Amino acid sequence: MQGMKKFGVGAVALFLSLSARADYTWNFPEPVTPMALDTLHVHNKFMLITAVIFVAVLAIMIYSIVTHRHSKGHKPVADKAPSTAVEIFWTLIPFAILLLIDFVIMGIPAYHSVVMMEDTRDQSTMVIKITGSQWRWQYEYLDGDAKGIKFVSNLATTNDQMHNEADKGEHYLLEVDNPLVLPVGEKVRILMTASDVLHNWWVPQFGSSRVAVPGFIRETWVQVEKEGVYRGQCKELCGKGHGYMPVVVNAVSKQEFAQWATKKQGEQQAANDVKEMTKDELLAQGKVVYEKNCAVCHQVTGAGLPPAFPALTGSKIATGPIFGADGKYQKDSHLDRVLNGKGVMPPWKSTLNDTEIAAVITYERNALGNTAAVDGLVQPTQVKAARE
Amino acid sequence: MSTTTVAHHDEHHDDHPTGIMRWLTTTNHKDIGTMYLTFSLVMFLVGGSMILGIRAELFKPGLQLMNPEFFNQLIGVHALIMIFAALMPAATGFANWMLPLQIGAPDMALPRLNNWGFWILPPSAILLTLPFTLALFGVGDGALATGWTFYPPLSVQGGIGVDFAIFAVHLLGISSVLGSINIIVTIYNMRAPGMTLMKMPMFAWGWLITAFLLIATIPVLAGAVTMLLTDRHFGTHFFDAAGGGDPIMFQHLFWFFGHPEVYILLLPVWGFIPQILQTFSRKPMYGYKAQVYSLWSIGALAVVVWAHHFFTAGMPVPALLYFMYSTMAISLPLAVLFYCWIRTMWKGSMSFETPMLFTVGWIILFGIGGLTGLVLADVAADAQYHNSYFVVAHFHYTLFAGGIMGIMAGVYYWLPKMTGHMYNEKLGKTHFWLTAISFNVTFIPQFFVGLAGMPRRIPDYALQFAEFNMISTVGAFVLGLSQLLFVYIIISCVKGGKKATDRVWEGAQGLEWTLSSPPPYHSFTEQPVVK
Repeated sequence: MQGMKKFGVGAVALFLSLSARADYTWNFPEPVTPMALDTLHVHNKFMLITAVIFVAVLAIMIYSIVTHRHSKGHKPVADKAPSTAVEIFWTLIPFAILLLIDFVIMGIPAYHSVVMMEDTRDQSTMVIKITGSQWRWQYEYLDGDAKGIKFVSNLATTNDQMHNEADKGEHYLLEVDNPLVLPVGEKVRILMTASDVLHNWWVPQFGSSRVAVPGFIRETWVQVEKEGVYRGQCKELCGKGHGYMPVVVNAVSKQEFAQWATKKQGEQQAANDVKEMTKDELLAQGKVVYEKNCAVCHQVTGAGLPPAFPALTGSKIATGPIFGADGKYQKDSHLDRVLNGKGVMPPWKSTLNDTEIAAVITYERNALGNTAAVDGLVQPTQVKAARE
Repeated sequence: MSTTTVAHHDEHHDDHPTGIMRWLTTTNHKDIGTMYLTFSLVMFLVGGSMILGIRAELFKPGLQLMNPEFFNQLIGVHALIMIFAALMPAATGFANWMLPLQIGAPDMALPRLNNWGFWILPPSAILLTLPFTLALFGVGDGALATGWTFYPPLSVQGGIGVDFAIFAVHLLGISSVLGSINIIVTIYNMRAPGMTLMKMPMFAWGWLITAFLLIATIPVLAGAVTMLLTDRHFGTHFFDAAGGGDPIMFQHLFWFFGHPEVYILLLPVWGFIPQILQTFSRKPMYGYKAQVYSLWSIGALAVVVWAHHFFTAGMPVPALLYFMYSTMAISLPLAVLFYCWIRTMWKGSMSFETPMLFTVGWIILFGIGGLTGLVLADVAADAQYHNSYFVVAHFHYTLFAGGIMGIMAGVYYWLPKMTGHMYNEKLGKTHFWLTAISFNVTFIPQFFVGLAGMPRRIPDYALQFAEFNMISTVGAFVLGLSQLLFVYIIISCVKGGKKATDRVWEGAQGLEWTLSSPPPYHSFTEQPVVK
């Protein structure tokens, strides 16, 4: 009895906490692009039509179930074969109604949506390229104010939040270190590709979702009409990090976008200027790069997840020599593996800059339980030379 | 009547092996049917317990029980088991049991093939689940983690679990094709005198079309996964852009099988639903011919709409429009079927024993699955729905409500015939209500999280989806546990209970009800004549 009472109180508390915290959404989130708006209209219209059909049919069924019961003594009526003319009439009428619903009421708006969705070029003022990789998005601005800007966008939610060791933030799993920045009101043409497996770039409030196929270019477009931060996720199963590949888009005014572009271009310029660095500098930056990019597979400790993801601690590659007697880097060396990848390991040469690669290699060889006897330090200049 | 059939039964009592050898070597359609149904029930529980692991992980945000890698393995294997090892064998089991009885044949046309068709299944089920078990002991990296669709390049990247799954699919495919050949041959050659095709029971029609679909599409799937296998191990580049291939080609091949597969799972059910309806409405089914033509139309449309499963993968506008409109066209014959089912009930004299409850519930819930499918056909809206939980909810309404609940209706309908005992009606009704209610509690919230933007196949989710996921998980556990009641009902019915009469149901129509309950080991040693 006591137990029952406790359970009852618990259940009520649970229910109250649910309704207090409730953030139920029953439909698409607020649309902010013409495409999403159109999708919402189409969706609402379809749902209404299907709901009316469903309720009408259900009502007939329920009436029949209640009235035509054996237990009420209802006698079955023999269905008499109708005359051919009647049969043809009653076949054609519902058929015509369904044709009207499918191909006129639903079909015509659907046609216009498709045409609009696939028209990526008309009046587009800007082109960006989005590359999906396990498990991050890479953005590149191909023209306009922001031409040449290129960066990687990683999940920013921390590991301890995912493992319930810390409180979850408001945007748990939907936050990144570098959001994509887009100007409001401009039609942006998006070229989509992937470096390893299929991904799908999806922001529900944009209504655009497109599979990123390695080796191919797919197109879509967005035209954000309201400033704000929009969040989405990868929508194509892409391996173990599939749930951890958020998309965050920061839609800002045109002026703000221009300012952001100038600033970002400057930062990028500075980062591309390679200079000699001290061991401490390399290690500090390497730790950041490692935890952002490499720890997903090789773990923060470097222990890896064998056999799919080898350990870095004590690994032959991470402790063996990089450069041969001629000063050139060797095949299958640590630097080669990071630059070009192998198997599941992606190539990083187009994702990370020289400084980042030098720093992360230095970090992997001098931390994570490794002490490199030879080639302990890798300098950005060496990476730059290796690229050439 | 019953005395003669009992004598009949005794006469043949000794001409089959007993004990384990009876089951290993049997070529008897009823024994093989029983094995199929038992296998299906076991695998249904295995696949179901996997999904309970997933729902438990999704009960609240954060990673609680498993790592994402294991989560991905569970979703893929759950789907493969439910489709290939639970639903398909259940339908084949009914075909083996009921087709010869319904068309007045002594057995299936190719009994030894039939035996082989069944015995391929257990090894392939082991192949599917072995990588899991090995991984528990630290061997290998577990089962396939690509979802049941095997999309490359992810599946090319995957571990040995993918190879296991490919071989399992090969074996399951062989079994299905053998079963289909047998069914087609039986239906065309073994009908009782006077039973023309247009007098056949609807279940035979449903299965005949299913069998043709299987023979048309399974080899395509086998080809696709074999290409995947050679891409993985022999250096071919069918699905690798760097070598001139295309990952999307796999999706075309896969869904050329995968879409008809939906109808392969549903057509047998559409066969026995009208039979159950006419029994409990005490009135012949309405629009027999219209239903037969609709089944054929759906079978034909099924093989020409495959690309609507990957609208977002990139296609030219004319292709998008074609696949959209052809998909919508499926609603026309399906609407005819719904009309005929409801018209069969209309002005009948209905009673609501468990099979009828399942059938009526089935019509309503499958209706939701069908209508949401119609909306999914719209390309623009599909960009939102695709790979979200909206789709998960939609296909569970078609495959769990439309498939498994339909099968359950069949189980209750024919169980007295098969075992000779009545099942416990009270428990049966309890099972129905528990299943129907908890099913909706599980899947209605998934429509809403899907619309709100939760992608499927993710091990963890944003906080805004928490409440609905919690409800969904509670529903799933009730749904899962209710099925133990189903198992109990079946076992106790097999063991004993009130004797079933030959006709079992007052309004039952068809040749199977002219035999004793249970039917003699060799059915119809004297051929019945249909007038």
